[in-house]
Amino acid sequence: MITHYGYCDGSGEYYVVVDSDRCSGCGECVKICPEKALELVTEFIDLEDKTVAAVTEDKRKKIKYTCAACKPETNQTPCVLSCKTKAITCIWNPK
Amino acid sequence: MMSGSDPSKEEFWRWQEYHRIVPDIKWSSKDVITAGVDVGSVGSKAAVMVNGKAYSWGITRTGANSPESANKALDYALKDTGLKVSDLKFIVGTGYGRVNVPMANKAITEIACHAKGANYIWGPSVRTVLDVGGQDIKAIKIDETGRVVSFLMNDKCAAGTGRGMEVFADLLQIPIEDIGEISLTVEKEPEPVSCTCVAFAKTEAMGLLRKGWSKEKVLAAYTRAMAVRMANLINRVGLERELVVTGGQSKNRGIVSRIETILGVKCLPMPNWREDGLDPMVAGALGAALIGKALYEKAQKT
Amino acid sequence: MITCGMDLGTQRVKVVVLKDGKVVGRAQGFSGFDPTKAAEKAVSDALKEANLTMSDVKHFSATGSAVDMAPYANSTVSMMGADAKAGVFLVPAARTIIDVGAEEARALKCDEKGIMVDFVVNERCAAGAGAFIEAMSRALEVKLEEMGPLSLKAERASPINASCVIFGESDVVSLIHRQESKPEIARAVFDAMADRVSSMIHRLGVNPEVVLVGGVAKDVGFVASLNRKLGLSVVIPEYPDYVGALGAALTAASRAAKEAQ
Repeated sequence: MITHYGYCDGSGEYYVVVDSDRCSGCGECVKICPEKALELVTEFIDLEDKTVAAVTEDKRKKIKYTCAACKPETNQTPCVLSCKTKAITCIWNPK
Repeated sequence: MMSGSDPSKEEFWRWQEYHRIVPDIKWSSKDVITAGVDVGSVGSKAAVMVNGKAYSWGITRTGANSPESANKALDYALKDTGLKVSDLKFIVGTGYGRVNVPMANKAITEIACHAKGANYIWGPSVRTVLDVGGQDIKAIKIDETGRVVSFLMNDKCAAGTGRGMEVFADLLQIPIEDIGEISLTVEKEPEPVSCTCVAFAKTEAMGLLRKGWSKEKVLAAYTRAMAVRMANLINRVGLERELVVTGGQSKNRGIVSRIETILGVKCLPMPNWREDGLDPMVAGALGAALIGKALYEKAQKT
Repeated sequence: MITCGMDLGTQRVKVVVLKDGKVVGRAQGFSGFDPTKAAEKAVSDALKEANLTMSDVKHFSATGSAVDMAPYANSTVSMMGADAKAGVFLVPAARTIIDVGAEEARALKCDEKGIMVDFVVNERCAAGAGAFIEAMSRALEVKLEEMGPLSLKAERASPINASCVIFGESDVVSLIHRQESKPEIARAVFDAMADRVSSMIHRLGVNPEVVLVGGVAKDVGFVASLNRKLGLSVVIPEYPDYVGALGAALTAASRAAKEAQ
């Protein structure tokens, strides 16, 4: 399952995308995130509970600001680069 | 000036508390009877299924206390069925935020439940669900089994939500229930307004009215911009036919028909829930009950 | 040498008259229905204050979101360019300049000559600009200029949905119905704004001095929240709302000097 954390508003669209089918739940991205914007959560997939990475709830509505310093428009943020299974991508389209 | 407290508007979005028992379904203690309880920010819904078939449901208003609202909804769904909570083999709780459904055997996210419920209501051909509520917009892509493939939820921005449309209806002094139809009365569809921010659109709309645009034209330009926004959200998760629009804005023809034009896809029609169809409002509860059945059967096997 | 700079926004117009590197006249007004007319009025007011007439002005430069409606302009300058130029003129040690106006918020990094090196801008979403504070003050039924002093009375901030002006308005109304304290709501409004603005600067790197300009710089509530968030004291020049117009006038002066050569 692909989860788009973030939003679209008048200023553009900003998402950190986690593919929970690929995510191994290793937590490397959580450790490396300078803004503590990621955490491990339990997600229900195909009738099983799985531990996967997610953007913390308090950051989801301000991701444009929280994540800006990592330059997500490059899709080369610490979280993206730390992921061995390529489960994280950034979609960043300011208008 | 605050739209949320205007009783005439609440009337438009208002729905009746009601419960229904589907005729011709009989249950016995050997059946797999499961329930789903969906506590939303406004409404609490519960559905009961017998062997994976919708049997009864109840819709009530959510109170200040979510465990109480969950109990109330489930009691309502069980009313006149002869069933007791102890007859239910598995109960799944879901809803807005981290709600507490005390009697649930398992809590599951509303997205997964809504997806499963849409698959049940419209059948396996549904692949994309756009749910537009008072304060959020969800775009969900599902597979033929109702499993979520990709989703997003936008609750950061009011553009396109019920609340955002109310602000615009207020500004143009058009009754909220008419904005959809009135937006479709323009002879030629104007360009969408350039700024989707509802707060800034207020200023922009006043400017257009001063320039001599009719209310209808301003409304059309704004509704168009909102439809473009929603189409973008759908495209972000990936549009795949069939598409359904659920939630309060599914009543807004101005929005739904423009989404259809922009995407080049017709939405599946609403079931006739006032008579004998399934109610899209209970999609989450139905999905929860179905997942409950699957979990129960899985536990029996092991 | 006399030059003139104008900052024409969709809300307000500001004009600065500059004589040999000194401000000799300034005026402002609401842009209103006819921004060009409002701009003409502000120019005539500023020139009157300086005891000068239009024929004395060597070069006229304009900036702002409605710059295409600016009268008299010999040239235009970007809003960011104007901020950098005037920011370093007023505070020579300035390396980070934040401009929070009604419609947008900008942060830029500049060198010692007042040349912009990098920038971040937030526009087209009212939650990221001064418009957010204005809307919340209306919902709170508190005058805009009283919001700041009120917020300073609070020890903590109320939980509000500050991600959107429209959602924030309904949140504030329901908090008032629940008789939550107005100072705490005001504090929440400024904290949310400061949170967004400080994140903008973090992207650029916080290089002191950090200078805050724009109309919102006059708001003590916002300044307190921003200082708390950044863990430093931002520098606020006198007349922070005229910085864009001053930048345009300074640009006009260097262009006039170049033309004279």
